[in-house]
This record gives sequence, C-alpha cells and structure tokens, in this order.
Amino acid sequence: MNRPEHPISSAGTGRPRSFTSNRGLCQEEGLIFEIGRPDVSGVDIDEPAPFEMRLGGLEREEPIGLPGLSEPEAMRHYVRLSQKNYSIDAGLYPLGSCTMKHNPRLNESMARLPGFGDIHPLQPESTVAGALELIAELSRWLMEMTGMPAVAMSPKAGAHGEACGMMAIKAAIAARGESATRRIVLVPESAHGTNPASAALVGFATRTVPCGPDGRVDLAALKSLLGPDVAAIMLTNPNTCGLFESDIVAIAEAMHAVGAYFYCDGANFNAIVGKTRPGDLGVDAMHINLHKTFSTPHGGGGPGAGPVVLSARLAPFAPVPFLREGESGLRLVEHVEADSQSFGRMAAFHGQMGMFVRALSYMMSHGADGLRQASEDAVLSANYIRASLSDLMTQPFGDQPCMHEVLFDDAWLKPTGLSTLDFAKAMIDEGYHPMTIYFPLVAHGAMLIEPTESESKASLDLFIATLRDLAFSAFDGAFDRFVGAPYHAPRRRLDETRAARNPILKWSAPTQDV
Amino acid sequence: MRYLPLNSEDRSEMLARIGVDSIDALFSSIPEANRLSRDLDLPLRRSEMETQRLLAAMAAKNMPAGSAPFFIGAGAYKHHIPASVDHLIQRSEFLTSYTPYQPEISQGTLQAIFEFQTQVAALTAMDVANASMYDGSTATMEAVLMAHRVTKRRKAVLSGGLHPHYAEVVRTVSKMTDNDALSLPPDVFAAEDLAAEVDEETSCVVVQTPDAFGNLRDLSALAAACKEHGALLIAVFTEAISLGLVKPPGAMGADIVVGEGQSIGNGLNFGGPYVGLFATRQKYLRQMPGRLCGETVDADGRRGFVLTLSTREQHIKRDKATSSICTNAGLCCLAFTMHLTLLGEAGLRQLARVNHANAVDLAGRFAQIYGVEVLNRSFFNEFTVRVPGPAAEIVEHLAQKGILGGVPASRLWPGEDLDDLMIVASSEINTDEDRAAFASALRGIA
Repeated sequence: MNRPEHPISSAGTGRPRSFTSNRGLCQEEGLIFEIGRPDVSGVDIDEPAPFEMRLGGLEREEPIGLPGLSEPEAMRHYVRLSQKNYSIDAGLYPLGSCTMKHNPRLNESMARLPGFGDIHPLQPESTVAGALELIAELSRWLMEMTGMPAVAMSPKAGAHGEACGMMAIKAAIAARGESATRRIVLVPESAHGTNPASAALVGFATRTVPCGPDGRVDLAALKSLLGPDVAAIMLTNPNTCGLFESDIVAIAEAMHAVGAYFYCDGANFNAIVGKTRPGDLGVDAMHINLHKTFSTPHGGGGPGAGPVVLSARLAPFAPVPFLREGESGLRLVEHVEADSQSFGRMAAFHGQMGMFVRALSYMMSHGADGLRQASEDAVLSANYIRASLSDLMTQPFGDQPCMHEVLFDDAWLKPTGLSTLDFAKAMIDEGYHPMTIYFPLVAHGAMLIEPTESESKASLDLFIATLRDLAFSAFDGAFDRFVGAPYHAPRRRLDETRAARNPILKWSAPTQDV
Repeated sequence: MRYLPLNSEDRSEMLARIGVDSIDALFSSIPEANRLSRDLDLPLRRSEMETQRLLAAMAAKNMPAGSAPFFIGAGAYKHHIPASVDHLIQRSEFLTSYTPYQPEISQGTLQAIFEFQTQVAALTAMDVANASMYDGSTATMEAVLMAHRVTKRRKAVLSGGLHPHYAEVVRTVSKMTDNDALSLPPDVFAAEDLAAEVDEETSCVVVQTPDAFGNLRDLSALAAACKEHGALLIAVFTEAISLGLVKPPGAMGADIVVGEGQSIGNGLNFGGPYVGLFATRQKYLRQMPGRLCGETVDADGRRGFVLTLSTREQHIKRDKATSSICTNAGLCCLAFTMHLTLLGEAGLRQLARVNHANAVDLAGRFAQIYGVEVLNRSFFNEFTVRVPGPAAEIVEHLAQKGILGGVPASRLWPGEDLDDLMIVASSEINTDEDRAAFASALRGIA
C-alpha cells in the first residue's frame, strides 16, 4: 500500500527515502478492504428477469462487507502480492521434509482438461469412465512402487492419510476384539508433529520412542516398550534426520510379533522410489504425499493428496469410496456394504482428483526409469551438499551418508553467538529460501536441507558457496549480516510475539477519531 | 529426462566429491536384501507429447459439465469462474511456493490469507475464520471435535438434512473416538424437530442450510435451544454463493459455521481439491483447528502478516493439538478469495439473485409436468423433485439424451426409500434453452 505516513526508514541505509514506500519493482499493496469498494465488480452479471423469491423469508438484509475490484485492479493487486513470495520457479527451495521439486506445467494443463477438471463427482458413472480409469491407473502405479496390494485414494493430504491408516489399524484391532486393550501408538521423537496428532485424533494414546546415537530408532528401547497394549508404531522412513531406518525389517517383525501394526509415514518416499519397496519391508500402511514425491504443486500451503497404501491385513478395512473391477468394467463403491469391514468415510466424494491427474502425469512422464533416477539424483544432491559443507557445519549424528536430505545442527554456530534463525534469515538476503529450521526436534537448532533432484550442479555449487561464505562471515563476527537480516526482502523480520499476544485475524474499518 | 538437470558427467563429479564410487554406495544404509533388485514393473519415461496423448484419451471418455445442459449439485456446484482467477493462481509465486513459514518472503500468500479470513468472517457473519480446511466435510468433522473440546461433552446430533457424506465423515471419526453421533433420518421436508433432541449431554447440533434437499432453514429457534442446554450450534453450508442472498448462520445464532467453498473460484474436479471454510466466535478462538494468519509489524514498523497462534497446532502441540491438519487448501483458498474479490458485494448479491431466479424458473417449469412434483417450500438454487419411477434410471436416461440432470437421492441415501427423488440445481451457467431442454426431456421420460 502506498502509505506516505509510513515511509521506509532511510536512516543508515545510505539510500534516499521513498515517498510511496515502493522500492522499484517491489510495490507496496493495500488490503482489498482499503482499495476496493462494495459497489465495484470485476464480473458482469445481468439482472435476472422479474421473478418471485422462494427464500421462505430468509433473505439477507444487512450489508455483507465485501469490497470489489474491477479486473485490472484485481490483476494488479494479486500480481503485486505474488511478487512478495519466494517460489521454486524463482530459486532453490531447500525445505527439508517438504520436497520442493520442480512442478512440470504439463501436469497443470492435464488437470485442466475439461474431461478431468470439469466433471462432477456425482455425475452418472456412465459419464465418467475415464476418471475411474485414471484413478485405477494411478492406484496401479502406487501399488507397484510400494509393493502393497491395496490403496485408499480419498485422503486429502499427508495428515489425513495418517488418520486414514490409523483408522484402518483401529478397525482391524476392533475386529480382533482388542479395542479395550490395544491403545498405545509408538512415535519416535524425530517424528513429524502430525503423527502424534493423527494418532490422538483416532483415539490412541502415544508413547515416544527414543532416537539412538546414529539418528535412528533405538531398537532395544523400542522392544522394551512393546506389549499387548501396543497398537502400532508410526515411523517415517527415510526418517526426518534424512536417514534410512536400517533396522526396518527387524522393527516390523517386532511389531508383528506382539500383534501390532506398522504405519510408515511416507513423506520421504521420494528418496527410495525404485530402490526399495515398503511392502517388501513389512509395512502395513503408508500414506504418500502426492504433493511431495509426485510434484503436485504446494500452492502456498495446499492442496495436497495423501493416498494410503495398505497391506493385505488392513485392506478389508479401507474406507469408501473405492473402485471395484467387475465384468462390466470399473465400478465405484460409495457406501459401506452390509458384509464389509470398511471403517467408513474420510471425506465427501472421491479424493483429490485434480492432484491425481497431476501425479499420474508426473509418473508417466518419468516412467520406471525416470522415477528411480529422480530418487538417485535427490540423494546424490543431498550428499553432495553434505560433503561440501561437513568441514564447516556439524551434523548431530556424525558424518554419514544421508538420503534425500541432510541434517545439520547448531553446534558449529555456538561459538559465534548466532542462532539458526539468524543464519536462516541471512540466507534470504542471498536470494534463498531457508532450509527447514528447528525440526526435527532431536537436533539442537536443526537445519534440514533438501535440495531435490531439480537442481543443476551449477545451482548446487552456488548454494554451497553461499552457505560457506555465510559460515565464514559468522566465524569472522560479521553479526550485522545476520542479526538484522533480512534487509532485502519485502519485509524485515516480523514481530511474531506481537501477532500472538494481541491477535488481529481480520481487517476492521479504522475508527474515525484517529 | 527433461525434468532432471544432472547429466552423467555431473553425477561422476559429484560422486567424486562425496568420495564414493557409485550411487549405490549412498544407498548402503538399506540392507542389501531389502533393496529392489529389479526394475519396477511400470512403463518407461515418455515425452510430454506422448503423456499428453494418453491422458487426453482418458479425459475424452468423460462427459464434461460444460458440454451439456448441467443441473447437478448436492455438495459441488458449477459456476462461471472469471478467466483471470485461473491465470492468477498459476503465477509461479503462488503456485510453487510452500506454506508461509518464512513470512518475510511469503507476504503475498499471507496477505491473501488475511483477506480470505476477513471475507469468510463477513460472509458467515462470524468473528473469526481460519486459513481453510481440506473441504466442507472434513471442516464439519473438525467443528464437531472442537465442540466436544469446548463443551467437554461427547454427543453430536446430526440433522437429517446434513449432506450424507458429511454425516458419514463425522460418524466415522466419532466411532473411532468412542463419541456419540446421533444421525436423524433423511429429512426431505425440513420437518424434523432438532431442538427436541438437545439435552444436557449434547455437545453440538449440526445442521445444514440450504440443506441437502435444498430447503432453507431458520436456525434461530434451534440456536436458542442449544444455548439453553449448553450445546453449540454448528451450521453447515455446501453452496457458498447462497450467502450472497440468504441470511447468514452467524445472524441466526450459530457458534461455529463450516462449509464448502468450492463454488467460489474452484472447478468441479470430480470432487477435489476443494476448500473447507471454518468460522467461529471470538471466545472459541483458541479451540479452533487449522492455520491462522495475523497482522503484525516488521523491524522497520511496517505492517506485515505472519502465521500465528500456532501453539494450537500439531507441529508444536503434537498429540495435544486441536487438529492434525498441516497442508490445507492453500491454492483453492486463493482462488476463492480472488473470485470473491472480483465479484465484490454487489457482484455476489447479483450472482446469488441470478442463481435463485434460475432455480425458481426451473421449479416453475417442473411444476407444469404431470407426475413431477417440486417438494420444497423454500430453496436457493437447488431443490428436490419427486419423479414417477426410480430417479437413478431417469438420470441415466437424461445423460443418454445429453443432459446432466440431477442426483438421485438414492445415490446419497441408499436403502432409505427415496428412490423417486431427484436433487436438482440450477446456477447462472444455465440458459433458458438449457432449462427448457431439461424440462422437455423430463416430460418425455416421466
């Protein structure tokens, strides 16, 4: 917004002040409530022919409070806003565990084919044969890649997939008559927060499994927690430290030996496609983040899709809807049938079709060979960063090969007095989105870097050189470069404490007496 | 492979720097016996052109809504979306950014969310709205869980006018958590007495308006009954455009308002991705699920936005979080706010009027058909008709005649003896000719 009363401070910057607060291409932009008007519209809608209302006396009378913008104003508003965002298309986005890989635009155009994007979930089945075929084909790819015999397609994101898997496990336990006794879910301390939250959503109590000195689950500690009260373990593999859980088969066997199930968080499946298959390792359920491994765009926070592959033991409990192959082709099963063990329904309709199209387009483009190559390149790139920074930055579990992401801690920063946050904010001034910071919790001041397979060697080299330069600056005591950072972003460091202390969660009209 | 920048020379150099002689050495933490020793049994890489050809062939087997007179609703609605919306959401900076965890370089997404929250609060006439849920059905489930937290009770009463998929999602989670979810039978005429079901054990009543049969419901008396018994009233909508014309749930005493936002800015997409809207009263803020964006200032004193109150969320509170949701419906929420900004108050009201007018016109045409009966006393852009014979067959016949004509109630409520009911929606996309063709075809069949 152009607010001359809040000009950018020119003091100390050596730059002249800005009357508009704009800085060249970086334009300030007001809220729609400040620049729009309720009587303006960017959509032309004709007055309907005279008619008699049938609202039963429930007409909305009070003003709603919605501003409108004409199309040119709206274009400018949102283009200006967009220019304040970092994006994969603009630069390396090394958020560990988030898998910010390239989003092919073919996938966008395929999802927008009217035959996929413009069909209703409740159209007669005879008019959506191609949609059912696409879901069946995507299911086939997912089952072959994971080595699992079934897949539930309706979960809407990773955490929703976790809930789906845990519900299948709960239903299976109920079918065994053990609901009252099996109530514990084991969650390693390095797990995503969604794991314990999903287990709790489904009514399980969680217990934490400690991490061993090599960054992996402590098998002996795990075994000591096992008993007839344990329902399942939720284990991310590769784990959030970027390490493959080498004892995974022993873990699966230990779980199964006490009658418990093995839920695998598949957020990091992108490291191992074509290299190993969860179904061959004893996994009972695993969600797949189509928005990570299979590159459906993150869109500033969603939408995602979290199909869940299931073992033969859990498949009967899968939620509706699902597809059944019959003599007359594919049929949608939308309701729990009388003789079925299905645990119910996760969401309205059939899942994230728009994401299914994009993911299948990605898979078909890569093929079996390209998918394996993508995993290999992702792992190679992460290790290249590890090998290029390990002389300066410390790793919590020693210098060992990682999978698709490399975890550093802040031990190396400690003598400088700077924090992980300071280091991350300085990266912004160098044109990079910071890595994931302060996660996983098992590393102090964690910095989790995931470059993905989408970066060229030149891009990786510049990123490495930049981090080295920043590290040397930190060692040299160049605090200004860190503690005040970012200097060059659309905003300087934001006051999060203030936001939480006195939450302002929507715009309100300014009071007149100011 | 066109998406992979590294070539074999790069890979060799990188392996040399790492100090291993093969890529497999980097996978050595996977025990040899657990590695896949064969190629995946899947096709090999394909060019963009080949991939496009195969997917387009699948798409061609479907009948797009835009290719026929189209009257299907029941939780997902086809509306005209301005071309600028799809252009804008495909800007790289919106499409290919992550959740705004680094606010200094995510102000675009954050400001749009702040505007979205304000719009949703205004539309529903509630105090606060969150940054979106997956869809209307999961938002409803989250609202019920929130009501249980607020009231410390465990029984939800679900109206027979609630979309049956939504009710089933609530029942599924309730069963898992040993909570009660009392579902009333399908309520075609909005005649049920929900207030009579509320007692001192009741955590919440979940009621939809316009309901799944299209009826509009005045929630005021029910809100009073809920208040009297210390229960929360959760109001649900599946057609957000209705809020441009119909009294909002917040003005009728709802405590939590949830709904499906798909019909503003988002296409049909065979059921997803959609966008769940979630709004409530200020006093329940800390029990809300999902992300919230709040206003603050930066180190130079300039206004900026951040994700806030995250101590409710899973990445901080883990098993004590208000929800497990992480990824939400970001880009769909963006499309929603863009479309609503283009409409503005005047445009939304006019669009809602046109929807209602078209539905009134269609209902009038149906009233002229012998054997066909419109059952609603009130409706917005959707209503229920009784047809002579199984509605599922009629819908199939209509499709064969090139008309996508409604949803048989039996598809949503099987085994409930509603076989002769069809739920029909008409929006601004229907022309006079469309409605005439529908009425004429129905007359021919019925």
